[in-house]
Amino acid sequence: MTHPSEPRINNDLLRPLLLTSWRFYLLIALFGAFVLAGLVAWFSQMYFGFGISGLRWPVYWGFYITNFVFWIGISHAGTLISAILRLVNAGWRRPVTRCAEVITVFALMIGALFPLIHLGRPWLAFWLFPYPSERLIWPNFRSPLVWDFFAINTYLTGSVLFLLLPIIPDFAVVRDKSTGLRRKIYGALALGWRGTPKQWHRLETAMQIMAIAIIPVAVSVHTIVSFDFSMAPVPMWNTAIFGPYFVAGAIFSGIAGLIIAMAVLRKFLHLEDYLHPVHFENLGKLMLVMGLLWGYFVFNERLVTYYGNEPAEMAVFWRTQRESFAPLYWTMVICNFVLPLVLMGIRRFRTITGCVIASFGVIIGMWLERFLIVVPPLGAKYLPYSFGIYRPQPAEIAITAATFAAMCLLYVLFAKVVPIISIWELKAGEHPSPSLIPPATEEHPLGELHL
Amino acid sequence: MKAVYGLYPDGQSAQQAFNRLRAAGVATRDITVLSAQPMEDFEFGNLDKATWMWWFACLGGLLGMSAGFGLASLTETSWPMNVGGMPVFAWWPNLIIMFEMTMFGAITATVATLVVSALLPNRSRTLYDPEVTEGKILIGVENPPDGSIPDLERTLGSPLGARVKTV
Repeated sequence: MTHPSEPRINNDLLRPLLLTSWRFYLLIALFGAFVLAGLVAWFSQMYFGFGISGLRWPVYWGFYITNFVFWIGISHAGTLISAILRLVNAGWRRPVTRCAEVITVFALMIGALFPLIHLGRPWLAFWLFPYPSERLIWPNFRSPLVWDFFAINTYLTGSVLFLLLPIIPDFAVVRDKSTGLRRKIYGALALGWRGTPKQWHRLETAMQIMAIAIIPVAVSVHTIVSFDFSMAPVPMWNTAIFGPYFVAGAIFSGIAGLIIAMAVLRKFLHLEDYLHPVHFENLGKLMLVMGLLWGYFVFNERLVTYYGNEPAEMAVFWRTQRESFAPLYWTMVICNFVLPLVLMGIRRFRTITGCVIASFGVIIGMWLERFLIVVPPLGAKYLPYSFGIYRPQPAEIAITAATFAAMCLLYVLFAKVVPIISIWELKAGEHPSPSLIPPATEEHPLGELHL
Repeated sequence: MKAVYGLYPDGQSAQQAFNRLRAAGVATRDITVLSAQPMEDFEFGNLDKATWMWWFACLGGLLGMSAGFGLASLTETSWPMNVGGMPVFAWWPNLIIMFEMTMFGAITATVATLVVSALLPNRSRTLYDPEVTEGKILIGVENPPDGSIPDLERTLGSPLGARVKTV
């Protein structure tokens, strides 16, 4: 395994910023076209009204809320994983953290957009903000939707800062390696960074505090998103298990998203010397653990409902197990449980390709899971008069596809202006403290340490 | 600005230069150290370590929690609503607002402390060499007393692999 020198680290990681190939423009055009199509669909919905969506009584929550929950879940990839790995001082985190933190920020932004899309009249979004008015809407701090506002904004602010702070030294590197206008821009972004011991120490202390603060915030965000459901008297929603179940699912899908992003970056930015198979293997193991945890929660939820034998809940239960939603349900089980268990459980399959295949499965499975939590219960509530069906319409499908394209677009643009792997952290990993070097064994040669 | 500094390929030689400067009578606070990564394994990488950042983070958290409590309690009592038979001021849901605001306060206080204590003060200092980015460690003295420059150059140039510059 090669250990790149410091000048080479600079050159390799700054190459995407300083050189632009035709592929970059192609990707921007491709993802931009999808995003544009999504915007057209959204504006059509605003112009023609909500009637062009499939949302109608009694199923008022469909694709949009599914996407909201899904993207907030994906956002758990970054900050949470990065914070945990930082706190336990896992050396192999160094090339991974920024890739992950970026996912968090963009996924949160996309996720937070869905309540606006779902409003139908986004210009009235300020009604969600806590401000005094005669409508008496805002002081209702007993509503989970108001909790969402606080939780998502705190997490987004924290995640943006958690991403930006360790970028400051890397902005200084770009400043030193560039000329002209680019040098001026990056010079301003570097905030006068020089690399004094005081600056390094303050930065590391700040990252430590942020890591400690951001973990409970991340857990709270998805717990609060789960409260949007579990606080409502809807069959199979009103359950205490939703908090941890949602958090486990969020981390699960987040890891899958991170693995896919890392594999794409490795391939297209030629980062083979930085993103090693061992990084994928370690994340694959984490994904396996989260997959087992997810399976445990699903089993719990289903078994308790089954034993409760409450008619309204059983109606939803059988809808998903063997009636109209059964194909989606069993696809979800295969994607979220069987596929990761086989591919990540058997060491021979725990390759980069295996991890990516399992991750795509998990992404599909977790989106289906969110859909199956949201839609079937709303179509089979306690009284038969409130039974109904939901069929997503082209506008909703276009907007959903556009958000995936938007994620890719934002990621590509970010990788164009910021080193996607933290340069200084990578360099710090190349020079570990002597006290951290364990004695050499046959299984663990010293050369493996910096991973 | 006048300055004399050496660029060193590794931590050991930088530490030697640092020690020699101090032995030559230069006060620790007058020595400038710059590196492309944290160098906490060496003495020169542990300058200015004392910080109030943890306390400021706690203070920010306390302020955030108070703000959360104030926001929830004042508004709920000012615009009383009956929600599901809960009390007008209900502790359980308000704890969520207070928690989020606590964390928000702690995070913003941490970042504010970092900016104020480590980034803003450095704007007036100018000694820098882009070779630091390439992995070199800079040890130097800004605005040295007149006549001391040749001695400083000798001191900084003695460790192995050193390159001394005067600006």
